Amino acid sequence: MERVAIMGASMTQFGQRDVWIRDLLAEAGHACLDGAGVAPDAVEHLYVSNMASGEFEGQTGISNALAHDLAAMPAYTARVDQTSASGGAGVYAAWQSVASGASDMTLLVGGERMTHRTTAEATDVIASLTHPAEYKHGVTLPSFAGLTARRYLERYDAPREALGKIAVKNHRNGVDNPHAQFRKEVDLDTVLESPIVADPLRLYDFCPITDGSAALLLCPESVAREYTDAYATISGIAGATDTHVVHERADPTTMGGVVDSADEAYRMADAGPDDVDVAELHDMFTILEVLQSEDLGFFEKGEGWRAVEEGVTHRDGDLPINTSGGLKSKGHPLGASGVAQVYEVYKQVTGAAGPRQVDAGTGLACNVGGFGNCVTTTILEGAV
Amino acid sequence: MSEHGQAPDGGADATNDGEPTMDAARYPDGSLTYPPHPIGPGGQEPVGTVDLSEYVAEVVTWTTSTATPPGVRQPNTLAIVEFDVDGEPVRAIGQVAADAVETGDTVRPVYCEELRDPEAGIREPESQAWDGFRFEPVA
Repeated sequence: MERVAIMGASMTQFGQRDVWIRDLLAEAGHACLDGAGVAPDAVEHLYVSNMASGEFEGQTGISNALAHDLAAMPAYTARVDQTSASGGAGVYAAWQSVASGASDMTLLVGGERMTHRTTAEATDVIASLTHPAEYKHGVTLPSFAGLTARRYLERYDAPREALGKIAVKNHRNGVDNPHAQFRKEVDLDTVLESPIVADPLRLYDFCPITDGSAALLLCPESVAREYTDAYATISGIAGATDTHVVHERADPTTMGGVVDSADEAYRMADAGPDDVDVAELHDMFTILEVLQSEDLGFFEKGEGWRAVEEGVTHRDGDLPINTSGGLKSKGHPLGASGVAQVYEVYKQVTGAAGPRQVDAGTGLACNVGGFGNCVTTTILEGAV
Repeated sequence: MSEHGQAPDGGADATNDGEPTMDAARYPDGSLTYPPHPIGPGGQEPVGTVDLSEYVAEVVTWTTSTATPPGVRQPNTLAIVEFDVDGEPVRAIGQVAADAVETGDTVRPVYCEELRDPEAGIREPESQAWDGFRFEPVA
């Protein structure tokens, strides 16, 4: 099977935008095609990663709308919804479309428009993914984070400050990302003294509500070579699920979907955690960066919190995590986030990350939906 | 209500004497889940129920959420608790019926007719039950 390449990538400004979902998607889609020098009518498959455009703004049918707005007809289109992991699931769908031979040019655009809603309304839209037995108690994704963070800190005798240092690190990284929602450093005292959102987690442990879009252009490696030398290949990709009801998991501090998707992605790539040079993890909450870093095999269970304390995951560390600023600083427009994670890894392995550049031949992105309910892990390698 | 007599969304059932119950499903391998599922952890359909309201539980972890969605009390203290049903563990999540709780505390289920305002959130009010059990620390 010929390897699947990513030969183009784009992302819009993340933050509070004054345009609606169709315009956000078109902005990233046009930029991706223009940057790659590919005409819209060359697109054979067009996927849109999006969680809730119908719930957020009453616009459904956005994949067909985008095909028209990009003049990409008669491309086959589909919308991919896997809640917060819609972006990663879209990468998987786009990879499948090329790997299967069904398409020689697949455009993936992920996006979400959220900031016109209040925090309470947006929280409820996201919480609607929960089981009825959870939803009726007012359980939200931030409350899962608080429950899990307390369990982790108590079980592994980890200091609360370690989670705060993840926020500090990712805000520092975001300063150098021109697309990030927050390009401002924060200090540890600010994080630890910010208002409680879900005890023991505070405001700066959480990502913001964000508008934004990102896009990737996928094709067979032989086609990519016709356009550019600056492409990446997807060497491993897999998705997995865990229980819908979060409290039923045997170990609340282990995300089974991360473990299972990573195992399969590593197997496909004939690689392991030691081969990863840079990673984008789904730090919707600071505790999630710790859990994923352990469940991906980077660190032993219960030891992941030490990595940020020791500088291992800093940009100049042995394993930089979230050089983009992560969801924490860059922002989290639900359907766009998994696509934007791969955008950052693509930039890193092709040497195009500018001031954020690290020495990376292999990169990994882990996109998490729900509270680990659905996960996609993607491994990229730079062209050699 | 399912054919097995459990409320599939974790809502309370009414027993013959009218008292609400907190029914967990029991599966052929002895495992329990709350809420009940059509297929259990071992891949088999449930064969019965256990009323967890007759048991006490231990708090595994807890949080107090201050950013609550429409129709939810603010703040909202939640806990994951674990019951020991004759040696078989089963966990549940729910609101805490007290100002404070700690990990390791013993709690008991207490019935609440309406845990949040069904009309205020995004979910269709008729799509699920809104009553259930909070957890109250046992002195």
